[in-house]
Amino acid sequence: MTSNFSKMVEGSRKMVSLLFVLSLFSALSDAKLSVTPTKGVPWPMPMDYKTTGKQNTVDAASFRFTTRSVECDILLDAYVRYREAIFGRNADRFHAMRQSPKFVQMFSQEGDIGEVSVDVSKPCQGSYPSLESDESYSLSVANGQVMISAQEVWGALWGLETFVQLVYKSDTGEYVVNDTIISDKPRFAHRGLLLDTSRHFLSTRNLLRNLDAMAQNKLNVFHWHIVDDQSFPYESMAFPELSSKGSYFPESQVYTPTDVAEVIEFARLRGIRVVAEFDSPGHTQSWGLGQKGFLTECYSGEKPDGSYGPADPTLNTTFPFLKQFFAEVASVFPDQYIHLGGDEVSFTCWQSNPVIKDFMQKMSYGTNYAKLEEYYMQNLLDIINSLKRGYIIWQEVIDNGAKVRPDTVVEVWKGGWEEEMEKVTKQGYKTLLASCWYLNYISYGSDWTTYYTCDPQKFNGTDAQKALVMGGELTMWGEYVDDTNVLSRLWPRASAVAERLWSPQDVNFPLVAQPRLIEQRCRMIRRGIPAEPVTGPGTCPVEYREP
Amino acid sequence: MTGGTMKMLLFLFWGFLFSAVSQAQEIPTAPSRGQPWPMPMSYKAGGQLNTIDAATFRFATQGNDCDILREAYIRYREAAFKQHSERLLVVGPLRFRQNNLRFMQQLRGQENALLQQLSVQVSTPCEGRIYPSLESDESYALDVSGGQATLKAQEVWGALWGLETFVQLVYTTNSGEFVVNDTSITDKPRFVHRGMLLDTGRHFLPKRTLLQNLDAMAQNKLNVFHWHIVDDPSFPYESRAFPELSNKGSFYPGSHIYTPSDIQEIIEFARLRGIRVMAEFDTPGHARSWEEGQKGFLSECYSGGTRNGMYGPADPTKNSTFTFLKEFFTEVASVFPDQYIHVGGDEVNFTCWQSNPAVGDFMQKMGFGDNYAKLEEYYMQNLLDIINSLGRGYMIWQEVIDNGAKVREDTVVMVWKGGWQKEMANVTKQGYHTLLSSCWYLNLITYGEDWKTFYTCDPHAFDGTDAQKSLVMGGELAMWGEYVDDTNVLPLSWPRGSAVAERLWSPQDVNSPVLAEPRLVEQRCRMVRRGIPAQPISGAGGCPEEFGGN
Repeated sequence: MTSNFSKMVEGSRKMVSLLFVLSLFSALSDAKLSVTPTKGVPWPMPMDYKTTGKQNTVDAASFRFTTRSVECDILLDAYVRYREAIFGRNADRFHAMRQSPKFVQMFSQEGDIGEVSVDVSKPCQGSYPSLESDESYSLSVANGQVMISAQEVWGALWGLETFVQLVYKSDTGEYVVNDTIISDKPRFAHRGLLLDTSRHFLSTRNLLRNLDAMAQNKLNVFHWHIVDDQSFPYESMAFPELSSKGSYFPESQVYTPTDVAEVIEFARLRGIRVVAEFDSPGHTQSWGLGQKGFLTECYSGEKPDGSYGPADPTLNTTFPFLKQFFAEVASVFPDQYIHLGGDEVSFTCWQSNPVIKDFMQKMSYGTNYAKLEEYYMQNLLDIINSLKRGYIIWQEVIDNGAKVRPDTVVEVWKGGWEEEMEKVTKQGYKTLLASCWYLNYISYGSDWTTYYTCDPQKFNGTDAQKALVMGGELTMWGEYVDDTNVLSRLWPRASAVAERLWSPQDVNFPLVAQPRLIEQRCRMIRRGIPAEPVTGPGTCPVEYREP
Repeated sequence: MTGGTMKMLLFLFWGFLFSAVSQAQEIPTAPSRGQPWPMPMSYKAGGQLNTIDAATFRFATQGNDCDILREAYIRYREAAFKQHSERLLVVGPLRFRQNNLRFMQQLRGQENALLQQLSVQVSTPCEGRIYPSLESDESYALDVSGGQATLKAQEVWGALWGLETFVQLVYTTNSGEFVVNDTSITDKPRFVHRGMLLDTGRHFLPKRTLLQNLDAMAQNKLNVFHWHIVDDPSFPYESRAFPELSNKGSFYPGSHIYTPSDIQEIIEFARLRGIRVMAEFDTPGHARSWEEGQKGFLSECYSGGTRNGMYGPADPTKNSTFTFLKEFFTEVASVFPDQYIHVGGDEVNFTCWQSNPAVGDFMQKMGFGDNYAKLEEYYMQNLLDIINSLGRGYMIWQEVIDNGAKVREDTVVMVWKGGWQKEMANVTKQGYHTLLSSCWYLNLITYGEDWKTFYTCDPHAFDGTDAQKSLVMGGELAMWGEYVDDTNVLPLSWPRGSAVAERLWSPQDVNSPVLAEPRLVEQRCRMVRRGIPAQPISGAGGCPEEFGGN
């Protein structure tokens, strides 16, 4: 399927299918037996995308991005990145070479496109993306003129990403862009990716590379599940023992304040929010190593048996510690939301502990330990509230009946998500879906099609309920994932989720998406991401090289 | 491994488990320290430590010397010391640090013996360009005790594995000292053919990755690289006699091919590590890409009396087919020195043959009726005769035997389908050597610790006499290329491939995943430290040195 790929509006959907069938037919007689990738078609598919076969060449020698009105750090940084994304790693050297008069004389073909104009309405210097960001943009390419317009810089960033994806190499090796008109905005405001840096450590370098990959797919929330039972790599300024005792290797496998700041800044420049998760009261074994007395001591018979359970809500030290700790977290992570976890709290240890039993009696909870959990969460939520932050929680907190702020976002991760989403939105809470996007669960073959066809609004509910769905998150839990395989396992499987969360609901045919997904994978590889093959035998013109 | 050590290991394991339970809910498996993978035939280790001074330690050849040994010393010095924690290296000159450590030991009054060299004795000369083979003697004996270390082997191939084992015994103490426990090892592989298949026909894999994979194989004592080099989707092998095959049949002839010098480099790299390179050129099926550069090689398919533009298996009805094959495989035999060539023969689909009138005529002429298996046998028989005339042995996929073709008696039949126990019984009953691959399709991924199923699949677990069992040459793990390329081939292969490697090397009764796991965790971290992106396979945990790219 080549340059005369048709516009992606209602009437043309059939034509796209027809083109697909044609390309399939031609593939059968083709030795490569693989689906022919698209050329210069964006991923995720924009809301409204019209293009013709008319090509504009890009004049590499003079090419530049130009800010029309509001200028800021975010745009200037993006221009450098996107020049490299089009012309490759040595873009600047190449640029300088092309400037030499002799070279221009010998090789330069006058290109149609010399500049891309970027017009942003609102000031953007130093700003952070948020759940309320306006991510819409419009993009037009016609007669050698390229214009990107956006209300906010966040939309402009996505417009730049889209423009770069429209550029492809013609058969004669020139950089070309087809005439195109795009009007685009995301279907969902929260399009997240969870990485788990506790089960296995992930280097800062790979977190940054993953942010680049997210930006290439217009994902806008890095959900950083930073600590868990197994290790505590977050280096706290107030409580340094947490990581010096709780990380796997405190000298090499921690995130220092500098590392964290670098990740946040790198993300900000790409329009990506960093939402940190500090999961409690369960999933906190590693906290206990550096913060003695935080966890409940488990008893066998009359005596502590040396093992620990969830955080201990009965001690008067627990909440002052949490208050100080989360005050630091709020100062380190600028996002308006903090993820508090609250999942999978086991009651066995609480039940064994006599002090807890006394406390239960005092509070008149009887033997209902869910009440104790609610007590813990309520106190924690009040702390976060006092820090003027919103919170995201796993579904159990609501399931157990804790009272939470009305702007709380409930993340649904268990099976039976349709009923849960219905229930959560009926209570008026905002919600996120993760259940069908556990990308750490691998299976043989093209599993991306199942991620692609899971729709977060496919549950019984009113329009008002559906409107409470903020989006979703794909998760890459870390049991079997570390620096050796995290990027190849994520990409481009995560791209399937990214398109589901960005593009219109009816852009949902895996067969139609496949040629574009293959192009997207090869594009990611060219830009330095080891995105694995997901559509059977085939190839990319430029294969992956470890940088 | 003796009964005594087995018990000791068991005890150690329960010790780990006990201490782990009190720590966390999902406990990272505590790795072993300085224990080899795969487990040697006989392995006795004591608690007495020998300290190594990395700056002065050397490998010392006693008697027969050769390029293979000299190259190995350079590699293994680096593997043992060089890539250990950079923290160590930035602290200052190792020599100084080691002296300091020894001084500290003296203060503590518990000085270890100092191990200054490993002496290496090979009985059979190894100079000249010798290659490993199915008949290589891979046995060795390794002794470390009281500051003395000796490695003895009949052939250099055993010495290479002994060096690998020795380096695996070296570990660092908490204070950063290199040490080896007193150890006595007598070792040889259970199976002579311990293979790994990579498929460069469905996705291209660059030479650099193939070399890296050979390094990983050597770290696990696998000794056959089964190179499934071409297939339906692409033909990356650059033939000197038929350059059009890769010009037209590769994904990108400018970049996605293996030139003669690439192949030579791969074979040499493998040879220096005791690894055979066995090329597979699969026909008559799986040959779609051949047609691009060798017009007329495949059968044309027909729909309703006319050609439909599609192609089937190789066309056995034309003389030109076998003339071409003879010339092509003559070249292959000159490029690949191994005594075996894999000629494929799997999954031949008869539909296209059935549609082709010329093939129909030929069937009649030959008196095959409508039994197309006869036609397949005819093709294979001609091909096998060609290989035979080149003085090479051949490996084939099981279908060739299933379809009743006559093959040389030294043929090795690879079993890859389900129901392998019956097939192995059947193949060995006919007196053929055989290899198992069915249970080691590592490309078929599942969530979690699937290495345990690979680990517990035993190639002798079929009904047959001792004579039949002795015909099992070993097996191969397969990493077919549908969903695998340079982005993921190494993490998907390792250390899952290590599980197969131990099955094929170690005694049959070394087969408990629970006992193996701490050693496998150590092996993974060791591979990561030595530059292989071996993925986590036993749940949460951390390696002291994580993978940082190359």
